[in-house]
Amino acid sequence: MSQIHHKDYAGAKLGMWLFLFTELLLFGGLFLLYAVYLARYPHEFAAAGKQLDVIFGTVNTVVLLTSSLLAAMSVSAIQRDERRSAVRLLSGTILCAALFMVIKYIEWSAKIGHGVYPGSAQLKGGPPGESVFFSLYYVTTGIHGLHVVIGSILLAWVALKVKRGTVHSGDFVFLENGALYWHLVDLIWIFIFPLYYLVL
Amino acid sequence: MKIQADPPATPEGMYMNEQHHIISYGRLVATWLVLLTLTALTVAVTRLDLGSYKVWGALAIASLKAGVVIAVFMHMRYEGRLLRWLLFVTLLTLAIFIGFTFFDVLYR
Repeated sequence: MSQIHHKDYAGAKLGMWLFLFTELLLFGGLFLLYAVYLARYPHEFAAAGKQLDVIFGTVNTVVLLTSSLLAAMSVSAIQRDERRSAVRLLSGTILCAALFMVIKYIEWSAKIGHGVYPGSAQLKGGPPGESVFFSLYYVTTGIHGLHVVIGSILLAWVALKVKRGTVHSGDFVFLENGALYWHLVDLIWIFIFPLYYLVL
Repeated sequence: MKIQADPPATPEGMYMNEQHHIISYGRLVATWLVLLTLTALTVAVTRLDLGSYKVWGALAIASLKAGVVIAVFMHMRYEGRLLRWLLFVTLLTLAIFIGFTFFDVLYR
């Protein structure tokens, strides 16, 4: 070995967790807005929330939970030095992410087709609580969707590195941190789903 | 949740990642099944007419699911004190800013 690489495994993971904590606070702010406006406009929120499709929400929850399972399994696979199955599992996660985005696309385009989008004539004419609900819905699911896209690009990069052998059982913190990011995406959805699709 | 013993790591695995815990596929799949069951439960519970308990019930189940994801999928069960404390501090901060906002919003 010509070069000595210093790897600070604990430091790399601590850094990732610190970043994830800032993400929790970002979404925490959005949930706080939701809670305050729910307290102010309970009836309008209930009327608006009933327009969201529980089926879409539930299917997407199952899709994300499954993607999270596959990501967690890929970490176990790389720890056992099963690089091929790690790549396969990561591909499964990315496939689930794509499915999630397709469902989200169908859901959003149906809503926009019905004239429900921020600044639409229909929402401007309706009660204020309803337009607040849909603004929060688009901002929260939009930022979450952005995280899904970034997470899948990140995991695709990780999978490429596993395939090339630069991420392996002796050095897999990149895969582990990628998986942590992915679980955060799932974690946020665990709260978005009941708040927007179920409780109203 | 059923806790099952993980199979012992392979000798090379032990050598390569002495301090890393490998979670078996079996336990991960069991965790996933628990999460799916809780999802079904939260959908079922919120179909009932529970009034304001609906929000609290759904949030309680969501928090439980989040706890399971953090503990098992995100390996927090096997992490040291530092990460656990940082997680606690983050959640406390979140609770303080949500709680204090409501002191203002509810009693204005």
